[in-house]
Amino acid sequence: MLFSSYSGPLPKPEALHIPDGFLSAPVAVLAWLISVAFIVVAVRISSRTLDERQVPMMGVLAAFIFAAQAFNFPVAGGTSGHMLGGALVAILLGPWPGLLVMTAVIALQALIFQDGGLLAMGANILIMGILTVWVGYFTYRLLSRFNGYLAAFLAGWLSVEVAAIVTAALLALSGTSALAVVLPAMAGVHAFIGIGEGLITAAALALVQKALPGFFDHRSSGGRTDTATLFAGGVVLTLIVGILAVFFASGSPDGLEWVAEDLGFLGAAQESPFQIAPDYAVPGISSDIAANLLAVGIGILLLFAVGYTVARSLRRRQTQSA
Amino acid sequence: MHIHILDQHIETNSIVHRLDPRVKLVSALVFILACALTPDGAWLAFAALGVLLLVLIIISDLSIMTLMKRSIVALPFALAAVTVMFTIPGETLATIPLPFSAGKYQLSISDAGLVRFVTIMLKSWLSVLMALLLSATTTFPDILRAMRGIGVPRVLVSVIAFMYRYIFVLGDEALRLMRAREARTATGSDGRRSGGNIIWRAKVVGGMAGSLFVRSLSRSERVYQAMVSRGYTGEMLWLEKPRLQGWHLAVGGLFIAILAAIEALAWLS
Repeated sequence: MLFSSYSGPLPKPEALHIPDGFLSAPVAVLAWLISVAFIVVAVRISSRTLDERQVPMMGVLAAFIFAAQAFNFPVAGGTSGHMLGGALVAILLGPWPGLLVMTAVIALQALIFQDGGLLAMGANILIMGILTVWVGYFTYRLLSRFNGYLAAFLAGWLSVEVAAIVTAALLALSGTSALAVVLPAMAGVHAFIGIGEGLITAAALALVQKALPGFFDHRSSGGRTDTATLFAGGVVLTLIVGILAVFFASGSPDGLEWVAEDLGFLGAAQESPFQIAPDYAVPGISSDIAANLLAVGIGILLLFAVGYTVARSLRRRQTQSA
Repeated sequence: MHIHILDQHIETNSIVHRLDPRVKLVSALVFILACALTPDGAWLAFAALGVLLLVLIIISDLSIMTLMKRSIVALPFALAAVTVMFTIPGETLATIPLPFSAGKYQLSISDAGLVRFVTIMLKSWLSVLMALLLSATTTFPDILRAMRGIGVPRVLVSVIAFMYRYIFVLGDEALRLMRAREARTATGSDGRRSGGNIIWRAKVVGGMAGSLFVRSLSRSERVYQAMVSRGYTGEMLWLEKPRLQGWHLAVGGLFIAILAAIEALAWLS
């Protein structure tokens, strides 16, 4: 039992915590390499920009995220979810300290609760620590000029959605799941789960702004690397998408061959007409996978554009009424 | 509440318990890597890995039943791997008619797909058991010190150490908030909760997360000041690392050599 007097259900393992055995060795090692690179940069930057009180503070705030994940959130149908917190922590602390906080949370969950594997920890840090933090921060910084709450909502939603898509991609690359099945499933389910994350992120941010009005001014005066950080965020996202795209397009790794065969089989199967997504699971070659990924990417960009436009028009209305 | 509730470490005094945590951490990671590298359907290799693990569990004097029960944690994730049974080409073993299609559509399980699925499950299960063995024979501070010993950045290890220490404090804080929510939420005789729509509920949870953050922030301030008043200068102090003794390294080396032999046989045959 995690907490002494808590009798309710424990937070369920997040569908994004990949256990060991589900990733092939090359994918797991590659994810570790990317994650280590980011952690090293985060350690450098955090120890330069923050003073010596950072260590106790970040430790306590990592415990905060861990504890906040216990708040269950009743969803329809008697089920409940809980938040991941990557976007919230990124907005509150900034991306680099946020990254360290999430890394600590993920490491502790793996080491103590076997929630996520040890070899897969690199991938879990990449997905839940780096991607959620950067996507969340990037989205918020880009849109908060127009409408803070909507920006926070989109930051939470998008961080979960991107994390789910990359989880699906890594599983498919490892030959653990068929991309044509796991990608729509993960993206679809987490499009709903992300709504909870987005709403909670916005509400939590609203409360912090009300309770600690000086907190953000204080932080923004210290954060002089605004454009540089935003630029880094863009590079991060491009890098990860690019690496995945190269993997999918090259056709050489084992994982990809599996997936390619899967898709070919899906389409070509005559004795078992098993079609999950006949619209885009066209029989044949690996470029379809790239097309698949592209479609998802375009979908996200479209949603992003819609959010941007809505936020903009909201802001315009606000300034007119003011 | 006591911190040892969190720790799965079991107090016995076996060779595995006494082994240097650095050796244990690296050995466990190499074992999990070996699992990931084992090719599909190499049943003998998996049996060998399983026997190796079983021997370690027996030497460690741990309850096999307890470990088995705890090892179920990764099972729900198996759902992600189920699809390979149907999508990898091979000889059809069985067909399952899809519901609501009146037999028009069916799923077929291929032999290669089944082999792959069972392989993934075995890899995952063996890896989880190894991680459990590690955490059952090593205290958490020892794992942290081992992480430091193998070159994990000091800041990160310190953050995890602080987090470990404060999880209970903030866990209790979270519990108080949840109890307050319970106390203020009426439940009807039919068991249904009152309350508003999803946005209202998200606001409540968001408010809880927000106030937990505010409380955490002020607590971290007090923690920092308490530490400064006791001589903290921004540098974490650790007891001196015990030297790595020869026999610990020898045991670790032997273990890794056995794993290498298993992998070599699995790939050559």
